[in-house]
Amino acid sequence: MDRRTVLKGLAGAGSLAATGGLSMPALSQNAAARTLRFVPQADLANFDPIWGTQYVVRNAAALVWDTLYGIDANLQPKRQMVESEEVSSDGLTWTFRLRDGLKFHDGEKVLAKDVVASLTRWSFRDPMGIGIKAIQSDLVAVDDKTFKWTLTKPYPKMLLALGKNNAPCTFIMPERIAKTDPFKQITEYVGSGPMKFVRSEWVPGAKSVFEKFTDYVPRQEKASWLAGGKQMLIDRIEWVVIPDPATAAAALQNGEIDWWENPIADLVPVLKKNRNIAVDIADPLGNIGVFRMNHLHPPFNDVKARRAVLTALNQEDYMRAIVGDDNALWKPLPGFFTPGTPLYSEDGGDILKGKRDFAAAKKLLAESGYTNQPVSCIVAQDQPITKAQGDVTADLLKQMGMNVDFVATDWGTVGSRRAQKAPAGQGGWEMFHTWHAGADCLSPAGYAGIRGNGDKSWWGWPTSEAVEKEVTAWFDAKNLDEEKAAVARLNKAAMEDVIYAPTGFFLSYTAWRKNVSGIVKGPLPFFWDVTKTA
Amino acid sequence: MVSYILRRVLATMPVMAIVAFFVFSLLYIAPGDPAAVIAGDQASPADVERIRQSLGLDQPFLVQFWTWLWRILHGDLGTSIFTNLPVSALIAQRIEPTLSLMTITLVLTIVIAVPLGVVAAWKAGSWIDRAIMTFAVFGFSLPVFVVGYVLAYVFALELEWLPVQGYKPLSAGFWPWLENLILPAIALGCVYIALIARITRASMLEVLQQDYIRTARAKGLGQRSILFVHALKNAAVPIVTVIGIGIALLIGGAVVTESVFAIPGLGRLTVDAILRRDYPVIQGIVLMFSFLYTLVNLMVDVTYTLVDPRIRY
Repeated sequence: MDRRTVLKGLAGAGSLAATGGLSMPALSQNAAARTLRFVPQADLANFDPIWGTQYVVRNAAALVWDTLYGIDANLQPKRQMVESEEVSSDGLTWTFRLRDGLKFHDGEKVLAKDVVASLTRWSFRDPMGIGIKAIQSDLVAVDDKTFKWTLTKPYPKMLLALGKNNAPCTFIMPERIAKTDPFKQITEYVGSGPMKFVRSEWVPGAKSVFEKFTDYVPRQEKASWLAGGKQMLIDRIEWVVIPDPATAAAALQNGEIDWWENPIADLVPVLKKNRNIAVDIADPLGNIGVFRMNHLHPPFNDVKARRAVLTALNQEDYMRAIVGDDNALWKPLPGFFTPGTPLYSEDGGDILKGKRDFAAAKKLLAESGYTNQPVSCIVAQDQPITKAQGDVTADLLKQMGMNVDFVATDWGTVGSRRAQKAPAGQGGWEMFHTWHAGADCLSPAGYAGIRGNGDKSWWGWPTSEAVEKEVTAWFDAKNLDEEKAAVARLNKAAMEDVIYAPTGFFLSYTAWRKNVSGIVKGPLPFFWDVTKTA
Repeated sequence: MVSYILRRVLATMPVMAIVAFFVFSLLYIAPGDPAAVIAGDQASPADVERIRQSLGLDQPFLVQFWTWLWRILHGDLGTSIFTNLPVSALIAQRIEPTLSLMTITLVLTIVIAVPLGVVAAWKAGSWIDRAIMTFAVFGFSLPVFVVGYVLAYVFALELEWLPVQGYKPLSAGFWPWLENLILPAIALGCVYIALIARITRASMLEVLQQDYIRTARAKGLGQRSILFVHALKNAAVPIVTVIGIGIALLIGGAVVTESVFAIPGLGRLTVDAILRRDYPVIQGIVLMFSFLYTLVNLMVDVTYTLVDPRIRY
């Protein structure tokens, strides 16, 4: 019996006498062991994985909604809700059949018409979905278990599109819900995944609760990321929002929570010293730091000014500012794709290697016609990663002789200001920082930040015909060798045109109490096969 | 008195209207875009624009203001842009933790600060007075989050007496409710205790110089009776005033305290809403707090008549 139990007993007795008997809930040891308390990376403020594409929404949605295919740890799309698929010899018609036993949380069977409605909504919001929609001839339910997608042009990446884990995923909803305008939020949270969302206990900003869906029929294969048998070994998962990292660390040490998704690097040494806590790398695919320049206005509308930045930029400075002195958490990244994955390339990346050359950078800057005009650097101070990068960039540009207008603000403001195409003096910007999840940078598939399609491209609006040509080449590639060749050329072109400046590759930790087991490394927290002892 | 209270309640209407207009205007001109936050980092500019349109954020100022005002006049605070839940429901979810925290803090403050101030005045110039005033200086100087971290470290991590974070509703039992509020209430109450103790001391010192106190002493009344019955009642008006003003201090402090101790109250709801630019939620909370504060001022004014019969409205 510990001190808190004694104190509880005393106070309980006192309060019982004082109040005439207010009860305390009894939670048996078994019930406690079947409930996992998890601190997510952010608050689940909304719960429509197509409308809002934040990672936290995707992570929660993976519990509630199932997908047709799922990416496994080998980065291959595997069948999930689908039993079989068939593609016509001309590559224009895909026919899919759903597996048996699929049921929504409201008890209704999952039918092909639900899938058709869900894919239609998804294809308005997802870059790959938009690509498929552009060549779509028809998408229909053939019968209750079969649906057919007819295209006007072959789309070799179909299974990847249906199984990828970057948001928005192809989460399957009942037809009545999936018919919601893709730009409006759904109001019912009914899926066919292994856990049900307990809406009555949802307190946005504080808590989200998921309960085991007993009618879920997992696949027979072993679970691997979003693929395989999603066996739930716990009955209830509570997502507890703890905004302060020091409090989250204390709560984990105190046993008030079981798993903290992403402890900040500063607190990891404290957690590692605790014999009841395990700490490990959360996601081997990590993150890519991003220094994004505006290609529409001087000075960065001139490729020489952008190359000047790459010539002087020292990725180690950025990475140390983000992760501190832990060398296990970062590595240089002379490219745009996730290191350690099949398409990773360093072609064209020499400009980021070796000793930094400020003289050459200044020369390039002068050649670009830069005349000491202020360059606006908008930096979100409420995001540690963007703040760290912004501080390093300000120093870097000053050393290059640039006149930096450092705009310290919050992420909400960066989000709106970066959408402005006007020059900085009229509400626009010259640079901002962010980061991409490595899982989103495995290929050009959902990698919006690598595109060079001008007005339609991501913030900064780079135009690069060479980049776009190689993106198309990758989509059309028929095998891995062709894909690798296309991405290598793409990497080189993106580096030459400086689509953006990669500031390095970094990882983060996850931490859990040792009475929890089954946690695997991956691009999102996977709860299947996780167990907990009392 | 009744007519006075009615007049004051009616007077809150124009105050609320002005607050409503300013809150809406300030949010309108403030930088930031909820659509961009909703859409996520990978969204295209076209997606962000579509979401903005669906939320009605592309409408002119007057159209947006009139739509919002019309809803308010019908008792509808609107719907959160992010959660798609009614603002009134979000406030209802969060009001119990905040009111619980503020109540415990207020009780703790009055129970500790007033006697401390009285004793300091009684023992003015002594080491007891100096010790209490030194404590008050610390209370003023230490930020809430520092006190919070220290308390959590000592009483939760080291001694394991109390939980680090969270909140349990009163319906879960008295002790589960109270154990989550003790540390936050002490952290939040520190500044408040210091303030009330100093005001009580100053006010008591002035009263203790009065002739009627000397007379009471001459009559042979006991020290406790002089201090707590005769002196304190006459010193109460400024103390009550500061307690009322301090409610605003508590509201501000609750924002930090709720974040440090992960209490799902209105303070955290406010911060989250501001960071996300969830305009309807910010507007609803500010209106509610303005109304609450106006009510507190009214209660303070009414309390004056209880402690000082000379005051009449």
